[in-house]
Amino acid sequence: MLNLFKYLKPYSAMIAGALVLIFLQTLGDLYLPTLMSDIINDGVLHGDTDKIMQIGGFMLLVAGGGALSSILATYLSSRSAVGLGTILRSKVFKVVESYSLHEFDKLGTATLITRTTNDINQIQMVTVMILRMMVSAPMMAVGGIIMALQEDKELTWVLAVAIPVLTIVIALIASRMIPLFRLVQVKIDRINLVLREKLTGIRVIRAFNTVELEMKRFNDANVDLTDNYIKVNKIMAYMMPSIMLIMNFTSLAVLWFGGIRISNGSMDLGALAAFTQYAMQIMFSMLMLSVMFIMVPRAQAAAVRINEVLDTIPEITDPSKRIDSFTEKGHVQFRDVTFSYHGAEEPALSNISFAAHPGKVTAIIGSTGSGKSTLINLIPRFYDVDSGSILVDGVDVREMTQETLRAKIGFVPQRSQLFSGTIKENIRFGNEQITDEEIKHAAEIAQASDFIENFEGGFEHHITQGGTNVSGGQKQRLSIARALARKPEVYIFDDSFSALDFKTDARLRGALKKEIAEETVIIVAQRVGTVMDADNIIVLDKGQISGMGTHKELLATNDVYREIVASQLSEEEIA
Amino acid sequence: MSEQDRQQNPGPRPGGGGGGFGGGFGAPVQKPKNFKASLKRLIKYLSPHKTNLMVVFIFAIASTIFTIAAPKITSKAMNKLQDGYMAKMMLREMTEAQTQVTQQINTQMNQMQQGQTPGVGQSPQSPDPETLRGVQEFMNLPMLSSVTDPNQKADIVQQMLNLVKKMPVGQTEGQSIKLTEDQINGVIRSIRETNGEYDFNYIGRIVLILIGMYLISAVFSLVMGLVMSGVAQKTVRDMRRQIDLKLNNLPLRYFDKHPHGDILSRVTNDVDTIATTLQQSLTQIITSLITIIGYILMMLTISPILTLIVVATLPLYIISTATIAKKSQKYFAAQQKELGQLSGHVEEMYTGHKIVKVFGREKDSIEKFDAINDRLHTSGWKAQFISGIMFPLMNFISNIGYVGISIVGGIWITRNLLGLGDILAFIQYSRSFTMPIAQTANIANVIQSTVACAERVFEILDEEEEIPDKPNAQIIEFSKGQVSFEQVDFRYEEDVPLIEDMNLNVEPGHTVAIVGPTGAGKTTLVNLLMRFYEIKSGTIRVDGVDIRDLKRSELRRMFGMVLQDTWLFNGTIKENIAYGKQGATTEEIVRAAKAAHADHFIRTLPDGYNTVLNEEATNISQGQKQLLTIARAILADPTILILDEATSSVDTRTEVLIQKAMANLMKDRTNFVIAHRLSTIRDSELILVMNDGKIIEMGNHIELLEKAGFYADLYYSQFSESLDTKTG
Repeated sequence: MLNLFKYLKPYSAMIAGALVLIFLQTLGDLYLPTLMSDIINDGVLHGDTDKIMQIGGFMLLVAGGGALSSILATYLSSRSAVGLGTILRSKVFKVVESYSLHEFDKLGTATLITRTTNDINQIQMVTVMILRMMVSAPMMAVGGIIMALQEDKELTWVLAVAIPVLTIVIALIASRMIPLFRLVQVKIDRINLVLREKLTGIRVIRAFNTVELEMKRFNDANVDLTDNYIKVNKIMAYMMPSIMLIMNFTSLAVLWFGGIRISNGSMDLGALAAFTQYAMQIMFSMLMLSVMFIMVPRAQAAAVRINEVLDTIPEITDPSKRIDSFTEKGHVQFRDVTFSYHGAEEPALSNISFAAHPGKVTAIIGSTGSGKSTLINLIPRFYDVDSGSILVDGVDVREMTQETLRAKIGFVPQRSQLFSGTIKENIRFGNEQITDEEIKHAAEIAQASDFIENFEGGFEHHITQGGTNVSGGQKQRLSIARALARKPEVYIFDDSFSALDFKTDARLRGALKKEIAEETVIIVAQRVGTVMDADNIIVLDKGQISGMGTHKELLATNDVYREIVASQLSEEEIA
Repeated sequence: MSEQDRQQNPGPRPGGGGGGFGGGFGAPVQKPKNFKASLKRLIKYLSPHKTNLMVVFIFAIASTIFTIAAPKITSKAMNKLQDGYMAKMMLREMTEAQTQVTQQINTQMNQMQQGQTPGVGQSPQSPDPETLRGVQEFMNLPMLSSVTDPNQKADIVQQMLNLVKKMPVGQTEGQSIKLTEDQINGVIRSIRETNGEYDFNYIGRIVLILIGMYLISAVFSLVMGLVMSGVAQKTVRDMRRQIDLKLNNLPLRYFDKHPHGDILSRVTNDVDTIATTLQQSLTQIITSLITIIGYILMMLTISPILTLIVVATLPLYIISTATIAKKSQKYFAAQQKELGQLSGHVEEMYTGHKIVKVFGREKDSIEKFDAINDRLHTSGWKAQFISGIMFPLMNFISNIGYVGISIVGGIWITRNLLGLGDILAFIQYSRSFTMPIAQTANIANVIQSTVACAERVFEILDEEEEIPDKPNAQIIEFSKGQVSFEQVDFRYEEDVPLIEDMNLNVEPGHTVAIVGPTGAGKTTLVNLLMRFYEIKSGTIRVDGVDIRDLKRSELRRMFGMVLQDTWLFNGTIKENIAYGKQGATTEEIVRAAKAAHADHFIRTLPDGYNTVLNEEATNISQGQKQLLTIARAILADPTILILDEATSSVDTRTEVLIQKAMANLMKDRTNFVIAHRLSTIRDSELILVMNDGKIIEMGNHIELLEKAGFYADLYYSQFSESLDTKTG
């Protein structure tokens, strides 16, 4: 967590100011009981009304000053703590945006989202608390002890007993409660899981008549959660009474021993009154501190996660010497490429060599896990190869900037990902310079204009986050339109027709054939029907090229291909 | 499904968590729609715990009364100390004064006896007789230091003081304390009582009483906490149970219409908020109210006028709290909005990272993020600041009261209207006064958002349930699997007819192929056959019996279902297969797995049949999941089967296995197949062609081709290449 505080640097002046102000406020708070004791000793006991008014006025001044510094300190600490959150958020987001897919795989999208949002919020909140309470609590405690010592040294022994007792009691209760809290979280997750399963599987549950079984599952989780909660609450029930008891006993002890000291003539009444106040202030600041001790470790876990993100250096960076003039256009070439994912025992791809040329369609087919998607992910340099090289337009992809490389590519992913915004904005995502006419044209080719026109607002129709208001097939067509809008040299379709019915699939491929006759097309597919008329079909099997050629050639020579075909078409269709 | 779920899961609601630590004062509050009725209904849930609540209530009152009374009792000890202090001081001063004055007078007397006149410049007047008598009386008083009886001491002091008053000024330099009549009386009384010593017997008694009170109060509040810990949790446990029961009786229509995330959040987040409120706020509200009333009463017994000072600060609290809360709510709402936008953007950019990268849009993404982040910064620090000044401001107001009490109280002590202990007690009351007031102000907000949460829960509980089974519902003992539709009309939306006048007859053992583009509404058929949805008119019969005359559970027992959306639960593989038939033996399970071609892969898993499928069942592949659902259906052994042939995202080898398994499953049953394979379609007795949720054509392969309609069109486009290859 301290590691993250270095980002507070731009706010060092503010924080220094806040600290000084908090110090002033603490002084004020500490001074009040002394003034109170003065009012008693110098005013009340001497029946001096003027003195009382005079000290009273001064007290008001001190209180006002304290409030003012406190408000100013709050202003400064709010700005700095929220500022820290803002800086961290921005830093983390920028780092994550620079990640390659490898870092995403390693950390996971879900946790990256939590780290950028919840974890940083938590740090921000704890920083606010630290600046607001944790700074003043020790000051208050130490100051209180000094003042108490000044009022009466002997009586301070009462605190020497009370403070450790309070600390031990809080520590005891907290240490039993925290593991139980964790357990409760587990139980909550469990009840969530059971319920989620129940909701997603509602048809299956009703179809199999297992309503009662499911009720039992839910009830078990419910009772389990309740029992755990009750356990936690029972321990919590001890917290407040014990703390109150300790505080009350402390003040009684102060009264008793203070009384004795007064009777000896070693202390006066005003001092006793002040001492009582100091004792309470010290105990309260101890309470605050113990709260911090519970909060900080939680924030610590968040801090560790954030640091992990900030410390992860993206694997793929732009070269210092970059090539940006090209003699060729649309050529993709793999030269003996071997690639393995981090931590994998076997390479996902080995010794891949092939070339794709402008005006030609290269198709890649193979079973799941054969490395099709991996192969095409290497072209836009989502990953770097272990050995061999990939050339685009005759230049190794590692020798140009990622921007230059990706400007040449129109990519249609397996899982269509749209962004919230209008349809137009989504298509324009591929190319900001594109005109409305061109957007319409791209939609037409992608067989999307029919359904777009049926939407309310047409191209201005708003797509919700994650594209939940369009169907899978519509999403795919829009993401194809987006790639078309880019007008790239190389098109990559990663199983991009799977959600389309056969009719649309056929029409789309017909339109594409005409539109992108000049460009290089690389298609990954599951359906034999989609790849059959490609100029070159690459059959992948366990990360290796098992065959290459046209449909007819492969039918004659390649077993894997034949098996795939056989599983999809009846014998007469293969013919 | 997982993606959808994530989208639907809205996470904790803003302002929903009532008792969350550091939730920030003045966070936005959700307004309930019908506060009174919903609150009443919520309170009803507490009725089974009436006795416990009564106990809590009584204990809360008792515990609070002790807490309230304690400072007052402490003040007695303090007053006693003050008395002792004053008495001792008085005696000391008086003794000194007596000795001094006596000496002085003696000297003067000696001088007078020796006939010496007083010093130069002094008028040789003889003292007036009044004074002389006084001096004489003074001289006759026994020396204080020699007296031991407290009454006698008190008398002497009294007399001395009376004499002093008569003495002209200038003769009384020994008297350094200016005291009021009352104060003097007090001191004299205490001298009489304690002989000018500290009454530690009395103080000790009070301390003992206080120890007892604090202990009892602590025990009471502990018992209260312990009893309450059960009440709140058991109440929400029953509430959850009730929701679960309700969910079981809700028609499928409800689940299809409401996002799962929303239902989930109601059962978890909303119910949790209710629990927290019941747990904390219920006792808090009791104790706070009693404390406020008790404090005011106690303060009144000490001093009505001082109480007035404290009460005068109340409007200050209320005004400042209200103003700040209003302001901070605005900024908290803004912060929440920006935070939502930021999370949305982050989620979108991270899940679409690949797309952002490949289209080179990182810079735009960062720009947008920074813009939201800046706005979040502004509303964030303002919200923090404004909610943060609440405490110092309250503290200041409390300090104003404190100073006011010190001044007025101090003056009153000098007039002996109040004891020092009283003032100290009063200050303690007035300082502790702030806390319950702030709490009650907060509780009002908490209760409001809790009732809003309860309302959302009640909404579920008030949903219309499925039509119950008829009391004389029939059971088909040995089903043959004959299905017929007679003039069936059906619509999801009241004004959008979907199926109209559908007639269909499926003989036992026949296969019906359902064909059509994705999203053509093929699940509609499942919904109708299994009576997940009610038809508008017409009849669906199984073995000649209207399905509305059958018990739902019996009807569904006849059906088996293998859908593309494989649903498995977090349990072992064995449990998942056995889901189709409760009480199935291991042998039966293995046999079913073998028939489904799943046995082999199950055995390759580290724990075999006892392998636990994780939450998202990501530890086996999509194809393997499908095999398990087939095994499950085989074990259930239904007469009629609903099957989805689609096998997307399954590798070709598994696909072959799935096809074989499906063929096994379909044997000797009536099948409704959502067909993707040409051979299935061509071999089935009946083909239903669906588009846009409607059945647009019906017949067998040859009939439909002859019709040259949608099916023929679909058939030719779909298999054009394969036909090309055949001819070419």
